[in-house]
Amino acid sequence: MLNPGQGRGPDSGVAGGSSNSDPFPAGLRVLVVDDDPTCLMILERMLRTCLYRVTKCNRAEIALSLLRKNKNGFDIVISDVHMPDMDGFKLLEHVGLEMDLPVIMMSADDSKAVVLKGVTHGAVDYLIKPVRIEALKNIWQHVVRKKRNEWNVSEHSGSVEETGQREDGDNNSSSANNEGSWRGSRKRKEEEVDEQGGDDKEDTSSLKKPRVVWSVELHQQFVAAVNQLGVDKAVPKKILEMMNVPGLTRENVASHLQKYRIYLRRLGGVSQHQGNMNHSFMTGQDPSFGPLSTLNGFDLQALAAAGQLPAQSLAHLQAAGLARPPSLTKPGMSVDQRSIFSFENPKIRHGQMMNSGGGGNKQMNLLHGVPMEMEPRQFTGGGQMRVQQQQQQLSGGRAVGQNVQSSGMMMPVGGGPSMLQQQQQVMLSSSVPRRSETSSSSRVLPAAATTQSVVFNNFSSELPRNSFPLASAPGISVSYQEEVNSSDAKGGAGFGNPSYDIFNDYPQQHNNNNDWDLQNIGMVFNSHQDTTTASAAFSSSSSTQRQRAEHVQNHHQQQQLPSQSLNHMNGGGSVRVKSERVAETVTCPPATTLFQEQYNQEDLMSALLKQEGLPLVDNEFDFDGYSFDNIPV
Amino acid sequence: MQRQVALIKQSLFDQGYLDEQFMELEELQDDVNPNFVEEVATLYFKDSARLINSIDQALERGSFDFNRLDNYMHQFKGSSSSIGASKVKTECTMFREYCRVGNAEGCLMTFQQVKKEHATLRKKLEHYFQLARQAGPKETARRSK
Repeated sequence: MLNPGQGRGPDSGVAGGSSNSDPFPAGLRVLVVDDDPTCLMILERMLRTCLYRVTKCNRAEIALSLLRKNKNGFDIVISDVHMPDMDGFKLLEHVGLEMDLPVIMMSADDSKAVVLKGVTHGAVDYLIKPVRIEALKNIWQHVVRKKRNEWNVSEHSGSVEETGQREDGDNNSSSANNEGSWRGSRKRKEEEVDEQGGDDKEDTSSLKKPRVVWSVELHQQFVAAVNQLGVDKAVPKKILEMMNVPGLTRENVASHLQKYRIYLRRLGGVSQHQGNMNHSFMTGQDPSFGPLSTLNGFDLQALAAAGQLPAQSLAHLQAAGLARPPSLTKPGMSVDQRSIFSFENPKIRHGQMMNSGGGGNKQMNLLHGVPMEMEPRQFTGGGQMRVQQQQQQLSGGRAVGQNVQSSGMMMPVGGGPSMLQQQQQVMLSSSVPRRSETSSSSRVLPAAATTQSVVFNNFSSELPRNSFPLASAPGISVSYQEEVNSSDAKGGAGFGNPSYDIFNDYPQQHNNNNDWDLQNIGMVFNSHQDTTTASAAFSSSSSTQRQRAEHVQNHHQQQQLPSQSLNHMNGGGSVRVKSERVAETVTCPPATTLFQEQYNQEDLMSALLKQEGLPLVDNEFDFDGYSFDNIPV
Repeated sequence: MQRQVALIKQSLFDQGYLDEQFMELEELQDDVNPNFVEEVATLYFKDSARLINSIDQALERGSFDFNRLDNYMHQFKGSSSSIGASKVKTECTMFREYCRVGNAEGCLMTFQQVKKEHATLRKKLEHYFQLARQAGPKETARRSK
């Protein structure tokens, strides 16, 4: 099955084990948020008529808590723009960062500015009220698209990866486990990937190219090599030689380098904003990552990514993080960098965050690298503390980040803007740049993480997080393939690259990225290019990106949102971008396959993970980038 | 009776009180939810009455916080358009326009219109629903097509 020949429509057979009679999109779990009871009632009725499973909510805060409590409980969110307790865009950002779910905005206001805002914040769509049922019938496409994008990313990363698995620390083993469990699905994907180009996985046996897990150690080695050579002069070949890691290919290094560069760039942009923040955090010495208080599960992931923690711990952390509110103030928890990454940090972070500035110093948040710093202040809005903390973290991270640069790719996930999401941030920072999805994620490469610890490892654990992707992996890959190939918009370049990974995207995007701000958005919109979208993605809403998204990269991009202008916007947007990006090629949702996975095996990933003993990472953790490789597609 | 109901409904459309959105709502009505439209309308009138009150109070205060007024009206307009209350929606738009340019007089004047249209529609719909219930819900739903 996985043949590209499959139709894209929802009816196309699913490669995976899901039944082809998947009723998808029926059963799509929608959360609709609107303070207007009349509209809410009508929407609910309409969605039910579409056979979706609807949960309605009239307050954004309630919606958020619902989403947080049921991490994998919803597929898509529809929200009004004007709400009394929280601005719809804020909610959009939060959801994007924390849960990485597609969000549709709606409003009676159809002014261009507002619609644009939706786009830049990462909404996957914007509906004008009064909403007609026809408009709701197709919302499932956004879910599919997102998944596809995620898969896409992982696919690419996987295909290029080497076969051998490294024996890195725990992460590796976890990842190894993950890989093993996902091998099957991965294989499928691999087959599909073949089409994409460049990959020579013609046969099943060769399909399985284990993903390279960029464990903390490995990343440290990488960073060390890069630093020695000079960031600008470092070339994959030389780095490879210096690293002298058996089994590592030049391509692996190349893709990783790309990501790293992107990450650095993001840091560069972010640091400006964070200037002040950094100071406080510039403890530099030890990446005591500031309390990632908001580390809700996401951070944990990031932390985990740091490689410090095995996937499982990550899971724990997440739970812990999630469970615990920022009350963890443990001031001065200067958790060592590593620890920061580890789950503990998240907790600590909370406490620390509180300290923000002061306490934070020590702790370099994992987010260091994360451009999140960008807006420390912005968050001050309700409960922003977290944000601040994050900021601090970021700053801390930044300080650390300096090191970070060398250390690894701290994917400045959605940098600042996302910070609102704090949690997201945390994740971001800590998590190794996830390639694909993590839009908001944790890319943040814990810059601070003493950099070396690069969380990259986490990815393996992360993978599970996208419950969807995994589940659908088999299916998705199939569809992906098709799309990818067809999408060509990007010229299929994205896919074709063996080392295609999120990071790769960056470079391309960078061109475009420069203008994170809205200007780009405009550009982006027009350009459809995939990479550009990446940049655009950040600033603009993901929708645009979608098109571009082709590459998973977007995910990263989003995170990167550097700062620049869209900081806060990006927060939400960037995150979203990720999901959106995928869209591009995904125009045709693999539909059945993806969804089937979803629905049928919503927790396929979790199941897989469980097998591995990995905790089911929430979606939040999208760490990826590297980890995707492990994703057993 | 049914024919009467149908005629009344048709006239509401013809006179511009209702627009196609109302038809959308009727489409959502079925055996499982036979009174959906009426329920929605009831909810709308209840909620919009509250909004009207808020706006009234705000206007009476005389401070003319246009932003606030616009916010209220935005909400009101959203609701109204959701059930297809065409004339009400039009008046809302005008009100918002006056808010935008900061024309207090215009706001006051338009708001009276809004209330008037709102009250008129309410009466008409209540009458319509009453008849429809007498005629039998199914017919009503079908007739809407």
